[in-house]
Amino acid sequence: MNRCAALVVVATLTVLCSAALAAQSKTKADPKATNAASTATIEIVPVQDRVYLLAGGSRNVAVQVGNDGVLYVDSSTADLSEQILKATRTLSQRPIRYVFNTHAHPENVGGNQALSRQGISFGGGNTKDQTFALIYAHENVLNALSAPTGKQAALPSDFWPTDTYFTESMEVHFNGEPVELISVPQAHTDGDSLVLFRGSNVVVTGDVFLTTGYPIIDVAHGGTINGLIAALNRIIDIAIPGENEEDGTLIVPGQGRVCDEYDVVVYRDMVTIIRDRVQDLIKKGMTLQQVQAARPSRDYDVLFTPGEGHATPEQFIQAVYETLKSGGAE
Amino acid sequence: MQVTRIGGWLATMLLAASPAVLAQVDLSGTWGQLMHEDNAERGAGPDFADYTGLPINDAARLRAESWDAAKWTVPEHQCEPHPADYAPHGPAGLRIWSTVDVTSQQVVAWHMTHAWMVTTRTIWMDGRQHPPPEARHTWMGFSTGKWEGDTLVVKTTHLKEGWIRRNGVPRSDRGTLTEYFIRHGDILTLVSVVEDPAYLTEPLMRTWNWALHLGYQIAPYPCSARVETERPKGFVAHWLPGTNPQLKEFASKRKLPAEASRGGAQTMYPEYQLELQKAAVPPAAATNPAGAKQ
Repeated sequence: MNRCAALVVVATLTVLCSAALAAQSKTKADPKATNAASTATIEIVPVQDRVYLLAGGSRNVAVQVGNDGVLYVDSSTADLSEQILKATRTLSQRPIRYVFNTHAHPENVGGNQALSRQGISFGGGNTKDQTFALIYAHENVLNALSAPTGKQAALPSDFWPTDTYFTESMEVHFNGEPVELISVPQAHTDGDSLVLFRGSNVVVTGDVFLTTGYPIIDVAHGGTINGLIAALNRIIDIAIPGENEEDGTLIVPGQGRVCDEYDVVVYRDMVTIIRDRVQDLIKKGMTLQQVQAARPSRDYDVLFTPGEGHATPEQFIQAVYETLKSGGAE
Repeated sequence: MQVTRIGGWLATMLLAASPAVLAQVDLSGTWGQLMHEDNAERGAGPDFADYTGLPINDAARLRAESWDAAKWTVPEHQCEPHPADYAPHGPAGLRIWSTVDVTSQQVVAWHMTHAWMVTTRTIWMDGRQHPPPEARHTWMGFSTGKWEGDTLVVKTTHLKEGWIRRNGVPRSDRGTLTEYFIRHGDILTLVSVVEDPAYLTEPLMRTWNWALHLGYQIAPYPCSARVETERPKGFVAHWLPGTNPQLKEFASKRKLPAEASRGGAQTMYPEYQLELQKAAVPPAAATNPAGAKQ
């Protein structure tokens, strides 16, 4: 691929998109669900080296391109797949080889089937090549999308991860650089992974880090405030900034703009401070309603525009309160 | 310095009186900062809980009251430079130079290096648009400029979250900056206006001055973060609401009513002096009420 050419290419495609906070709390994922006839614009934003951001859907999609082929991190919703593929082809004509999922929510796995079916995986020995790209994720993503024999799965098997891990990490070497899925347990969900592109020096975070709102903690599916803060601290551990706490390792959040370590530090500080305030109010014996009425996030509420598919201050405080009370991810 | 309403009027009138021609004053050179103003902002910085003259809202005040200087012991905070809107407070000697298109001989961009941590910003003069919202935010932001008479007017967006006073008063990443660079012979004046829909109820206007200094040199300022104090992993320095024992120190030391130290748009204006005369001044003692530090 011609990187110089790619840097000046901005593919703008008008599409329908769905974005629903409520959908995140549902057990059954519907990747084709659209809750509004909203118009989204998919834009290619160069991140660093071989990694690009496909922005415009309700969740960010990252793509790494090179001689080995194409690797996606998350696949957005199914209705965006065609536009994502078109945008990708302005960057690379090489085969789609991998889709990595940061977690199991429908806004992140809804395009798995469509993107994977356009790809290829190479066999070896006594196996033959397959006409689909491999899908990698934490084991709990497979658990969320599939079901035991005789029970209804959340999604057809074409959407499921083809390879999973249950250890601290899973790694491949692709397009000339190590690529690592790093487990951050009990954070946004019970199956979150960060994706580290070591050569490009980029971390794709999924929804454990957003620039557009408070964290969305899916308590029903294993998310906890302490696990989420641990995940943010893990990103800070991995990232090495350039001069004056800027540049260096770049961070692609689940929603919002491309960042560097400082942006994550500011977000981590905010989330930790609010967690500590809620913890203090719990120690004073306050109920959830009393804690919400005390508005422990009131100095940060002004940073975010409500009503855009993000957690409201009350929803965020409730998730913090409930997971602190239950001792999740202590 | 903080400019009062009258000062703002004067500045506005002076700018309006400038001839509307495409004058281009040469700003190039090395400039030594005149440190004759804003003494409280220099050196060690302002007192804790001195928010006087800042048009902040309640949210900004709570963030400032939760701020703990122990922040600077955390490695990931140690190498933060001043953002573009605070950088002129310095110490801020300046080096200014331009990039000139060789064919048209037009200035494509102005560049400025600040002495403190050697931050460098670029002000684009070629008419380009500001980037979309999903573009990165940086310490210096994205700046475009145009000449209004002999005044270079600069608009800056895409700033990282920063501060408008070094005692924890925040400026959000939604904040924007408008600047007016005015050269009078060997004196350079900057009028700066910060707007922030998150934390300011009115624009914050400040000015600084520099003198042309032909021998001025900017020294390197490498910064390497180090663990200087053992902290738990993920430590975030802050005070829980109601526990910061430092909040009354400034008002007590200056014999000000506590309300005056808490800032707000009203404290920017001369009329507020009349309000101060009505307010009770607290006794000078009692600066350290009990409070458990987070």
